[in-house]
Amino acid sequence: MLRAVGAILRKDLLLELRTRESVPAMAIFGVTTLVVFHFALNRPTVEGDLAAGVLWVSFLFAAMLGLNRLFVAEEEQGGFDGFLLAPIDRTSLYVAKALALLTYLVIIELIAVPAFAILLLEPGLWQALPGLVLVLLLGDLGICAVGVLVSAIGIRTRARDLIVPLLALPLLIPVVIASVAATAPLLAQGGAEALPGRWLLTLALYDAVFAAIAYAVFDDLLED
Amino acid sequence: MHGKGLRTLAFLTALTLTAAYALVFFWTPNEADQGFVQKIFYLHVPMAIVALCGFVAGGVAGLMYLRTRDGKWDLRAYVAIHLSQILACGVLITGSIWAKASWGHWWLWDEPMLVSFLIVFLLYATYQVLRFSIEDRERQARYASVFAVVAGAFVPINFAVVRMAQSYVHPRTLGTTTGGMPSEMMLTFLIALAGMALLFVTLWKYEMASKSAGAQVRALRLRLLGDDDALPRRSAAPTL
Repeated sequence: MLRAVGAILRKDLLLELRTRESVPAMAIFGVTTLVVFHFALNRPTVEGDLAAGVLWVSFLFAAMLGLNRLFVAEEEQGGFDGFLLAPIDRTSLYVAKALALLTYLVIIELIAVPAFAILLLEPGLWQALPGLVLVLLLGDLGICAVGVLVSAIGIRTRARDLIVPLLALPLLIPVVIASVAATAPLLAQGGAEALPGRWLLTLALYDAVFAAIAYAVFDDLLED
Repeated sequence: MHGKGLRTLAFLTALTLTAAYALVFFWTPNEADQGFVQKIFYLHVPMAIVALCGFVAGGVAGLMYLRTRDGKWDLRAYVAIHLSQILACGVLITGSIWAKASWGHWWLWDEPMLVSFLIVFLLYATYQVLRFSIEDRERQARYASVFAVVAGAFVPINFAVVRMAQSYVHPRTLGTTTGGMPSEMMLTFLIALAGMALLFVTLWKYEMASKSAGAQVRALRLRLLGDDDALPRRSAAPTL
């Protein structure tokens, strides 16, 4: 299982490194969304609730872009057939794809968070950083746990680009609620406040529950 | 096979619902704060409870399909979910009317029940889109069942998370603060709930009966004509 996950993950990252299909587009989309928010809100800076909302909506939409493309190589170039023929556990594909998506998200956050701090954020980023890293990581895990499953459902339908966001956005609303609530005090005007523990716990529980559900049903998506 | 007892069930449903709403109009007292408007409660809350239970039941049926690979379970999940969708429309409409009448707004965002119901509704609105964008019937059933399981588990989790951002506007009629409800109201509410549940079961059985009768007719025709393509399908909905 571990070796299979490692092999698929290496394949995905290598493919991304050579073709650069997803990550640059996701990063540019994330930063562009921030710029769009500046004009849509017509505010030079944001803080607190508003900052947390802007940040998470930008990440969420950038993640949707990645989700649409996550299984494209498998579907179009026969990767699914090859995978099903290999004598390995099928859920290793889920785990590997979730890790690949997590890597993409971390990369775009490394680009988008500094951009956000420079372009829009009113309070300083440094004070918020330790807490923010934790919240981002938990939120990303939630996006990955739900997103990979949705992406795998969407890839075999006729309306892939439509189904994925339609399914993923409602399923991710609890992640948005908890992440924004946990991020807002960190980005508050006049110094970061304490990290709200119960929202972190909610996020962690949500991640665990959906990872378990996805792990249990993922087999059934890959059968023909 | 699903048609058995349908007539008795339909009769019972009509009886219970008529009794419940007769009690609502002629027996239960008007609520002190909201007056007559509060009586929409006997329609709104039972519908909401039955719709949510229907979604969860759809998830259980989906799980059974994944375990047994028997098309009947997929059909059960499909019928339960789309009946619940219809009820959910009713819940959102009656909820909005009630909100307008008693709080003065058609929609309140700081209202966890309303908001989580909307999220669940939006999620399940994708069920048909997903289902009918997959051509292969076996794969359609499989994917729809995976959706039903995930969404069914999402329903209670979503309610828990949205509720954490709590407000206290919504009447907590059944929760921890039951204290306030007089016994007439409680009894009428329970009868209305039973009536709504019976209505759901009746409609569900009715549609299952219709679908399995349709499947039998198809099978008989197939034996007569020996060619399935001669029978055009009228809808993309699943059959047995």
